[in-house]
Amino acid sequence: MSETAYQRLKDLPARHILGTGTPMCAGCGGLATLHQIYDLMGEKCVIVNGASCLTLLSVYPCTPFRGSWLYTAMACAPAGAQGVRDGLDILKKKGRISEAEDLEVMVLTGDGSAYGMGLSATSGAMDRNLDFLYLCYDNEGYGNTGQQFSPATPHAAHTATSKGPGGYPGYKKDLFGIWAAHQPSYVATVVAADPLDLARKIERARSLSGPRLILALAPCPTGWDYEPSATVEIGKLAVATGIWPLKEYVDGTVTHTRIPHPRLPVREYLKTQGRFRHLFAHGENLEMIAEIQARVDRYWRQVEQEPRPSPSERS
Amino acid sequence: MTRKLLTGNGAAAWGARLARIDYLPAFPITPQTEIIETIGGWIEGQELDCRMVTLESEHSMLTAAGAAAVTGVRVFTATSSQGLLYATEMLYTVAGWRVPLVMVNVSRGLSSPITLEPDHNDVLAMRDCGFLQLHCATCQEVLDNLLIAYRLAEHPTVRLPVLVNLDGFYLSFTREPVLIPNQAEADRFLPPFNPGSIRFRGGEPLSEGVAVLEGSAYSYFRYQAHLASLQGIGLYEELGQEFAGVFGRSYTALECYKSEDAGIVFVMIGSFATKGKEAVDRLREAGKKVGLVRPRLVRPFPAAALRQALGGKKGVAVIDQNLSPGKGGILHGELASALYGLPEAPPILASFVGGLGGRDISCEEFFEIHKVVQRAVAEGVTPLPRLLYTEEELRGVRKMQSVARGADTKQGGGA
Repeated sequence: MSETAYQRLKDLPARHILGTGTPMCAGCGGLATLHQIYDLMGEKCVIVNGASCLTLLSVYPCTPFRGSWLYTAMACAPAGAQGVRDGLDILKKKGRISEAEDLEVMVLTGDGSAYGMGLSATSGAMDRNLDFLYLCYDNEGYGNTGQQFSPATPHAAHTATSKGPGGYPGYKKDLFGIWAAHQPSYVATVVAADPLDLARKIERARSLSGPRLILALAPCPTGWDYEPSATVEIGKLAVATGIWPLKEYVDGTVTHTRIPHPRLPVREYLKTQGRFRHLFAHGENLEMIAEIQARVDRYWRQVEQEPRPSPSERS
Repeated sequence: MTRKLLTGNGAAAWGARLARIDYLPAFPITPQTEIIETIGGWIEGQELDCRMVTLESEHSMLTAAGAAAVTGVRVFTATSSQGLLYATEMLYTVAGWRVPLVMVNVSRGLSSPITLEPDHNDVLAMRDCGFLQLHCATCQEVLDNLLIAYRLAEHPTVRLPVLVNLDGFYLSFTREPVLIPNQAEADRFLPPFNPGSIRFRGGEPLSEGVAVLEGSAYSYFRYQAHLASLQGIGLYEELGQEFAGVFGRSYTALECYKSEDAGIVFVMIGSFATKGKEAVDRLREAGKKVGLVRPRLVRPFPAAALRQALGGKKGVAVIDQNLSPGKGGILHGELASALYGLPEAPPILASFVGGLGGRDISCEEFFEIHKVVQRAVAEGVTPLPRLLYTEEELRGVRKMQSVARGADTKQGGGA
């Protein structure tokens, strides 16, 4: 996998095909991710959407998409992808459409659907080895309804439904691991703040068929409480502190595509966002920050114990 | 054309096969499963060029069905009871997509208590979802109405999904002689699906199911679906005649059985209407002028035809195989709204609820219903709604209650 069309930033598409003027918030990390991926995918795809912030991209009579769109419901976007993929395959097999009229099928949902309500439909689509790409933009909460905690919310974060001194008591669900346990074709994490890593993963995902997940951390200025201009910086810090590992799963093997070195302390990430402000309000809450740090350290210790891929395996 | 003993489920499968369905998203549920197993067997035996996919739930099944229909293939699916309810959100959704898929529901009572036996609460819970509803009373009608359903659904003035209903057990598992048309005849009646402008194709971007943010656009699209559904009444009558031209069997929105000269009329839907017709015959033998009217269409609701059929009658007994707790029989309310204000509306419109969860409605009960309505007509007072139940049944339930309490075995604790 050393061959990639994306060696440097100037290799990324110069043509931007997603329309502007959408109702998304300024600094939306989900929209930034979609911009980059749509440029790479092109307009010959059907986006099958489940209820999420980005549902409001297509509001009658306008759409920013040059390709097709199908809004389903919160629980079942992968089943919508199943119907579209099967429909197109039937039409091709029966000679009612040409190969040129075929389309790629991409599911687009937030974390609320991908980590929770839509998980059964997602698991089913993987069981059936459905040929589709799933893009989850993960803003770590039910963003469209005002950032209540979701199964993707990180430990200790303040949300509209976890406002106490400890923030969210649960821990972020490992969706990457849940996907990988199904042994699909491809699973990868990305962040819009690293467009080259993202582009290579889309390139690799599109070179494969079967179920493929692109799980994008999507910093959310309104939900995470920070200035919209900080979205890229926060995305970079998520990677640099090791909180958001950039990795991919192919053929039973997980490879980390960026290993932060030196790895910054998690507090550098946490202190940028109002949702963690309570950890710093009256002097640092050393205990909680240490717990978050310890979990991240433990993760990377395990990674370091795994055999590293040789540089030739990754560009 | 061949004549064969088929169950209602077998007839439904044959209807789908003759419609040359392209796609069958499926999920098993009693008493529907025989339909998807039968079609699956034909696909495996290469007798039918169709793709069958088993989803992980009915919610996903309906989503895949709608999405494939949007893509432009002819879709069939089937479910029952809890499965239908599990898919509810997507029934409303795909109706809004204006996709012409056809779904069979094999009626079964709803939990709780959980049961496998039939009544109409499942299908009538979907009354307002936007699907057209055809209710069948015989296995032949199931097969024939599958073909009619595709013509209805795919007609450019309708473009809505259609639900064909048959009763669990009483129809799904009962064998009746059914005339199976040959494929050439079926093709003559039902041409290949033309998806028109609603289809996904490379180079033809289409946005389907997009949000609207204000009431006027929302209302516009909802009104459109309503007006399209209403087109289905006249169209069903036309298609029923056209069907007769090809196959010799005609269908109308209402089946009117000996109702023309009747003073008292039973109104009911589904296979129990055949029991009602038997009771009509026996009452006629006893000199009573009784008839039966059975709507085949429940959505769109054939109100004008019902006014015509029931106007001038002395008394009408609506027999509901469903129960809306806190209100009563659902069809009774529907009938009342159709007849209200009509100068010749029947003065007595009585409500009877029975046949829940597989409970039979016996001939004697039809006689009793007739007697109650006859008395009401004479006295000019509409009787209170009746929940059909016999003393013998009550004794049986009392016995079960005593077993449940452990009273007979002396092993039970309290309760």
